Amino acid sequence: MITITEARQTNEMIQEENLDVRTITMGINILDCADTDEKKFCKKIYDKITTKAKDLVKTGEDIAREFGVPVVNKRISVTPVAIAASACRTDNYVKIAETLDKAAKEVGVNFIGGFSALVQKGMTESDQKLVDSAPQALAATERVCSSINVGSSRSGIDMDAVAQMGHLIKKTAELTKEQDSLGCAKFVVFCNAVEDNPFMAGAFHGVGERDCAINVGVSGPGVVKKALEEVRGADFETLCETVKKTAFRITRVGQLVAREAATRLGVPFGIIDLSLAPTPAVGDSVAEILQTMGLEQAGAPGTTAALAILNDNVKKGGIMASSYVGGLSGAFIPVSEDHGMIEAVEAGALTLEKLEAMTCVCSVGLDMIAIPGDTSAETISALIADEMAIGMVNNKTTAVRVIPVCGKGVGDTVTFGGLLGYAPIMSVNKFGCADFIKRGGRIPAPVHSFKN
Amino acid sequence: MRAIVTVIGKDKVGIIAKVCVYLAERNANVLEITQNIVKGYFNMMMIIDITNIKCTPGELAGGLDELGAQIGVVAKFQREEIFESMHRI
Repeated sequence: MITITEARQTNEMIQEENLDVRTITMGINILDCADTDEKKFCKKIYDKITTKAKDLVKTGEDIAREFGVPVVNKRISVTPVAIAASACRTDNYVKIAETLDKAAKEVGVNFIGGFSALVQKGMTESDQKLVDSAPQALAATERVCSSINVGSSRSGIDMDAVAQMGHLIKKTAELTKEQDSLGCAKFVVFCNAVEDNPFMAGAFHGVGERDCAINVGVSGPGVVKKALEEVRGADFETLCETVKKTAFRITRVGQLVAREAATRLGVPFGIIDLSLAPTPAVGDSVAEILQTMGLEQAGAPGTTAALAILNDNVKKGGIMASSYVGGLSGAFIPVSEDHGMIEAVEAGALTLEKLEAMTCVCSVGLDMIAIPGDTSAETISALIADEMAIGMVNNKTTAVRVIPVCGKGVGDTVTFGGLLGYAPIMSVNKFGCADFIKRGGRIPAPVHSFKN
Repeated sequence: MRAIVTVIGKDKVGIIAKVCVYLAERNANVLEITQNIVKGYFNMMMIIDITNIKCTPGELAGGLDELGAQIGVVAKFQREEIFESMHRI
């Protein structure tokens, strides 16, 4: 039988430490909607999404009420549009993005991911259409998220695509400048993208997945921080054990919710993604965890080691709790979505270069970083190339989600609102890199032995 | 199917009575009650059987929220599995 202390412990995690199920994401295959006629294709994907996901939001709300744990977001991911739409006879994919947006609004989900292309070894005609359409699609829609995978450890990096990404991001920023270039917050560039990620903006339903699956993302940086407060000054073994045990508990909640959602929706359960995903709320921050570990600010010397410990032990605890841990599991280090990171940037403790180092050991990459609006497309591409190289060589997922905010520079602040938070504009190294980016072609896959 | 009801708030007369009447009216059977008062604060956990309740678990949860607000305490209904999954291997 459950004891009163255990009941109180669980409820403190939920009420005071912001434990929540961050997202129930339904992955939907849209390959079977393929059609040469764009209108027919759009109708088929709209019908399939609104049928499969019609009860998604209500189910999420019911589960939240019955188990007393918040289910913050209900979302959808679809097969990368560049693959599913490749038979369409059309010049651009903006209408398809608008259809996804309409379907998302119809079923009440706040984001739909999968306006994506996988181009790590080169682009098809359809991939190119998607890349060309992305800025306008992101500006014309509210809930559609887009991602492009430009590299992998097995294939190397498509530098032609990387060169285009800088221009894509700049154009998106320009088209959404009235909203502080918000369009860029819905776009991410990947190396080693995962096929079952439930988190936005990078969620898409991989081609190796079944027709429909429920993937659940659980979060709880506040819970980890609270647990670590109780072992202040203890050695690293105690620190690791504490993170593992906490991650185990959090993941078990996710596992329960995922199974329940899958059963109620009659859809197979896919994976649990245990990611410490911060929000701008105080007490819901990964930077605060690093501080609790003994650092004055995130970004101080020791930050990379602390983050490595955190990320690894979150995974170890999660893997014990569920046999199907997947997605991006680990610790996210977005800047604008984490008040501790924002504070560290404002204090001068955290720079873009330190963030890049941290991405070698975190679960994803450079995330939600506002940079000056006059940063050149080549510089953005080179930032992406650096990050992709880290992912490619280290066999990990890396990503870049930067926002060159039109009309703003270092010293300014930008507010995106809601979960996306606010951010000080960060300084970018001004030395040139255009000739490097202009070379074009592919970076070959790295050697997979001689590890040192 | 079992659920846990937790009630926390400033102590006053009749909290248990009101919660129990509410549960009985909906055919929820109380299996166990643990309760204490620390520095004037009432703290209770009930394990209840909801197999034969007359409403949905969601409705029971919603009603309990409202009842808690009326009494001036925080009353929370949660299916037992969330605690089991977190605290038992």
